[in-house]
Amino acid sequence: MTALDPDPPAAAVPAPAKARRPGIPGRWGRPYAWLVWGAVAFFLVNLGALILSVVVDSFATTWFGTWLPDGYTLDWYADAWREFGLAQVLQVTLVVALAVVGVSLLFGVPAAYTLARRDFAGKRVVMLLLLLPVLLPPITYGIPLATVLYKFQLAGTLFGVIAANLVPALPFVVLVMTPFIEQIDTNIESAARMCGARTRQVFTRVLVPLLVPGILAAGILVLVRTVAMFELTFLVAGPDSQTLIVALYSAAFTPGIRAAQAIDAMAVIYTALSATLLTVALFFVNPTQIVAQVRETPAD
Amino acid sequence: MAATAGTSPALRHRLAERGIDRSLLLLVPAVAVLVALFLYPMLYGVGLSLQPAEGGGVLANYAAFFQDSYQSGTVWRTMRLALPAALINVGASVPIAYRLRGRFRGRRLLTAILVLPVTLGTVLVADGLLRYLGPKGWFNRVLLDLGLVDEPVRLIYNYWGVLFSLIITGFPFAFLLVLSYMSGIDPTLERAAATLGAGPRQRVRYITLPLLAPGLATTFILAFVLAFSVFPSANLVGEPADETRVMAIAAYQAAFEKYDYSMASTIAVLMGVFELLVIALVLLWRGRLYTGSTGGKGA
Repeated sequence: MTALDPDPPAAAVPAPAKARRPGIPGRWGRPYAWLVWGAVAFFLVNLGALILSVVVDSFATTWFGTWLPDGYTLDWYADAWREFGLAQVLQVTLVVALAVVGVSLLFGVPAAYTLARRDFAGKRVVMLLLLLPVLLPPITYGIPLATVLYKFQLAGTLFGVIAANLVPALPFVVLVMTPFIEQIDTNIESAARMCGARTRQVFTRVLVPLLVPGILAAGILVLVRTVAMFELTFLVAGPDSQTLIVALYSAAFTPGIRAAQAIDAMAVIYTALSATLLTVALFFVNPTQIVAQVRETPAD
Repeated sequence: MAATAGTSPALRHRLAERGIDRSLLLLVPAVAVLVALFLYPMLYGVGLSLQPAEGGGVLANYAAFFQDSYQSGTVWRTMRLALPAALINVGASVPIAYRLRGRFRGRRLLTAILVLPVTLGTVLVADGLLRYLGPKGWFNRVLLDLGLVDEPVRLIYNYWGVLFSLIITGFPFAFLLVLSYMSGIDPTLERAAATLGAGPRQRVRYITLPLLAPGLATTFILAFVLAFSVFPSANLVGEPADETRVMAIAAYQAAFEKYDYSMASTIAVLMGVFELLVIALVLLWRGRLYTGSTGGKGA
């Protein structure tokens, strides 16, 4: 298996990419391929209809037991904006997400660097500490964490929400950054050190500029994940520190208080926000490449 | 690796031999945050779970959990949702990713369309399921108009609604991972097999699947973790009082409705234990697979 190792660079060059057909398979592939595409189409059609029914309802005046609603209106969006205090909720969401991105990058990148480059006693323990928050369901550590935060009277504050969201974000940054760091030639660092650079200078002048793509990727992915993180924020947020998704869930879970259409309007706003973020992310990062490189990390 | 800190040179030297020197300080902030926000609360939670609110022995909470079938049943209900959801998500991803592994026009667009449901968020999915699959929804209308069913199919406020929601939100993740593992397999291996006379079926069976298997195990673990913590959808489209009362709901109710943090911690700890048990089994199986280099990363 190591005999194959010198090979990758050759395979990575996109030389034979010109006219390679997707499936290569011969005769038997055809009906089978149609089956797969048919299933994908069925899934997508149903999913599209599902999304559409929410979008249509958010514009509907009333809609009971008919194919399409009686009339259309934009009122529910204005309603959602006013009643849910969306301006404040969006502001909280933004502050929390940006703070989590900033802190997790600031702490995570140096940690990833050390873990990628160094071998030391107790490294496995540190790795385990970093992997566990990714592997455990958020509720599992969320409930004890909320209990502790309540004890220190930090629950319900913006700080508590940011702290809770750091727990999954920090290991995530380390996991995403490790392959990017491994790609950097150690000779470059040695050269910098030989020229008299200290660790801080190696970082700011050499490593960070080379790592910009990785940092960008990790940052955007953490941003998307934090906006979507429901459980932890739900457990520790107070009335003034709700993020959009928690406000949305609370509205949806107490039916009757709010009009269904207003909740739909809010859900559409949420989806538009996170779809925008993800599109931006896909613009900067090819997701399959990140994960393909991450693959080597958890394999010990 | 200049080690300049430390008290006595001898100690410093001995530590440096084991790889411990000043550059490890870079790890300190991250580790400190995780110790304070993850390790300490977890240990605190374990400690709390061993101090039952109503007295009794150290393990009284755990005994109470397993004796009360309303509580212990949540383990089975969670597994019944999470295992099929993870299996379906990984299983469906494999053939689709297999079709998408090469380069062709529209690949990126199709990938993006399949990944985009990640952004839907559980509430929109739940909302959409309630409308679309509801008795008056489009899905039942089509079925009724086509004459396939006589009365609306009940697909929400039960097990199926939650399963659908888990598939919609979980599939994109599983697909993205499987696709990247699939892209990581060196295409020359398959061509070599073809040169040696292997048919498409044999190539899938003896080349692609064995190389993909470790990645599938990892994907299954992550998909399972995602599905295991099902909470919002179980409340919104499920039957949270009975059929879809998963462990997360039981833990939440104990903590924030009964304010029994001790019992809540017990359930949270058990949740982690049961989940790690499944993960350990998968890892055990994965350990028996080939995990060497799969060649290039030609995406």
